[in-house]
Amino acid sequence: MAKIVAVTGNEAVANALKQVNPDVCAAYPITPQTEMMQRFSSFVSDGKVKTEIILVESEHSSMSACVGACAAGGRVITATSSQGLALMYEILYIASGTRLPIVMPVVNRALSAPLNIHGDHSDSMGARDTGWIQLWSENAQEAYDNTIQAFRIAEHMDIRLPIMINMDGFIISHSIERMEYLDDDQVQNFVGEFKSLNPLLDLEHPVSYGPLILTDYYMEFRKAQDDVESKVPGVVLDVAKDFEKLSGRTYGLFETYRLDDAEIALIILNSAAGTSKDVVDEFRDKGIKAGLLKPRLYRPFPYKEIGEALKHLKAVCVLDRADAFGGSFGPVYMDIATSLYPYKERPVLINKIYGLGGRDYLPDHAKLVLNELVELVGNGTVKSYKEYIGVRE
Amino acid sequence: MKKIFQRPESLKQEPFRYCPGCGHSLIHRLIAECIDELGIRERVIGIAPVGCAVFAYDYFNFDILEVAHGRPPAAATGLKRTLPDRVIFSYQGDGDLAAIGTAEIIHAANRGEDITVFFINNTTYGMTGGQMAPTTLIGQKTATSPLGRDPKTAGFPLRMAELLATIEGASYIARVSVDSYRNLIDAKKAVLKAFRYQMEQKGFSLVEILSPCPVDWKLSPKESQIRIQNEIIPIYPLGTFKDAYQESTL
Repeated sequence: MAKIVAVTGNEAVANALKQVNPDVCAAYPITPQTEMMQRFSSFVSDGKVKTEIILVESEHSSMSACVGACAAGGRVITATSSQGLALMYEILYIASGTRLPIVMPVVNRALSAPLNIHGDHSDSMGARDTGWIQLWSENAQEAYDNTIQAFRIAEHMDIRLPIMINMDGFIISHSIERMEYLDDDQVQNFVGEFKSLNPLLDLEHPVSYGPLILTDYYMEFRKAQDDVESKVPGVVLDVAKDFEKLSGRTYGLFETYRLDDAEIALIILNSAAGTSKDVVDEFRDKGIKAGLLKPRLYRPFPYKEIGEALKHLKAVCVLDRADAFGGSFGPVYMDIATSLYPYKERPVLINKIYGLGGRDYLPDHAKLVLNELVELVGNGTVKSYKEYIGVRE
Repeated sequence: MKKIFQRPESLKQEPFRYCPGCGHSLIHRLIAECIDELGIRERVIGIAPVGCAVFAYDYFNFDILEVAHGRPPAAATGLKRTLPDRVIFSYQGDGDLAAIGTAEIIHAANRGEDITVFFINNTTYGMTGGQMAPTTLIGQKTATSPLGRDPKTAGFPLRMAELLATIEGASYIARVSVDSYRNLIDAKKAVLKAFRYQMEQKGFSLVEILSPCPVDWKLSPKESQIRIQNEIIPIYPLGTFKDAYQESTL
């Protein structure tokens, strides 16, 4: 029986981690993730999990400890935010390159400088090419559900890749929401026992991790990694199917909202998608065919499937809660543009940057953007392809 | 009538917003008084940490640089090498200096950089809400060690002043406390001396300052002072651990 609770996003994910009962957790506090690992250390102290917890001196060390623990054959977790993720950068590649299925919730927060502790997506966007799988979550329920599914995805024998589960700092991590917990034994049965693959110190099958590979095989190694990436969407869908049987909640590679017959649409990640859906409803009530697409599996990005879902539209606005500096567009915009490029007939695509450093994203912002799309479809003129919204000039 | 007491010019007209009984306000004031007395306000650049004192720039009336968690000694090195006639200090907590930035402090000391470091030790990660730090005492209950620090898995209190005193490049290393008027007087002497060493190009100076954190310790301000005297000083003894120029100690 599902248990209905009112909890913060941090508490929900900490509870998912408790129910999984991993072997090792390496933790270092950073706002706004701190509460999650703090709750988890209480579970360790109270004997509610059998996890070995390592309270390390930095995120560089926490991710390194995870690499060691996972290579040793353990089911391993950590969590971080912002600067913490940035400090892990070097080790993120080691984790994915050595194919270690480490599970890491990331409570998304802006990057320095200027110093800011509030929610935006610059941290995980900066890690989008590290070879980690990324799942994104709109609310506490999705963060909880994604965390549980993450173990199955990462540890799948065809995948064996590390995975991050993203949720918006403060907006989700610190707000209390109604949500449903699964029972402990349901979660245990769902994730199953951890099966290690080529662990260190298996005396029958000795291995080395991360040896030097120069011009001889480095490229073959990378090609193999790319091949594995292509298998991820299928596994994500299979795991989601099993999860639906258990929970009644449906997950895909992305969520569409009133998109099938839509002419204009918003594409937006995480918590702001909830706000936008309400506004899509308002436009529908006015007879305007608006819709929405919210990516869930962001890395590897399901280019083909998303292209198919969007190709029929007339105009689309991608809203990015991070900018990719370099005179270009927001990261999600660039991926959506790539998805649509193969189609001869494709929607006009514009980009808005919103909500940086925790700046509020309000229904009025979604209205503003949808009205612009209506106008654009009407007169065929693009005012600007990229624009910051909710910003003082 | 002669004015004998006033707000240091090195502090802005800004009320401290630190928690009641927190040591930061006292230590900010001590540093500001010393800078005034040395007449170096217009030559000083401070480096604020990541931690509660991230807001140091709101209070100090001189230029402040904010860098990533743990990196102030490296940034201070860069500043000093570029502006050798300025007085550069970093202000760091135990999360900043004794955890994430352990490498930077050791190597800045080892190179004998002509900088001054104030290391505020409150035996916890204050800003994130009282988690275990490398300086946390054995048995001390924190948010991440709710049953008390267990040295078997979490190690021992890291004595940074003693550790840094073993480094040949370091010139002046002392530990002081702000738990009482008596110790405040000694603390001020140490802060002055640390700045003077830099001004006289005598090399790396660090003053570790034991400081109360009543909110995270879940004690009143007064109980926090008593905790420093009864529990913390016995583990982190006060005194001068290194003085390369062998001037009179505290």
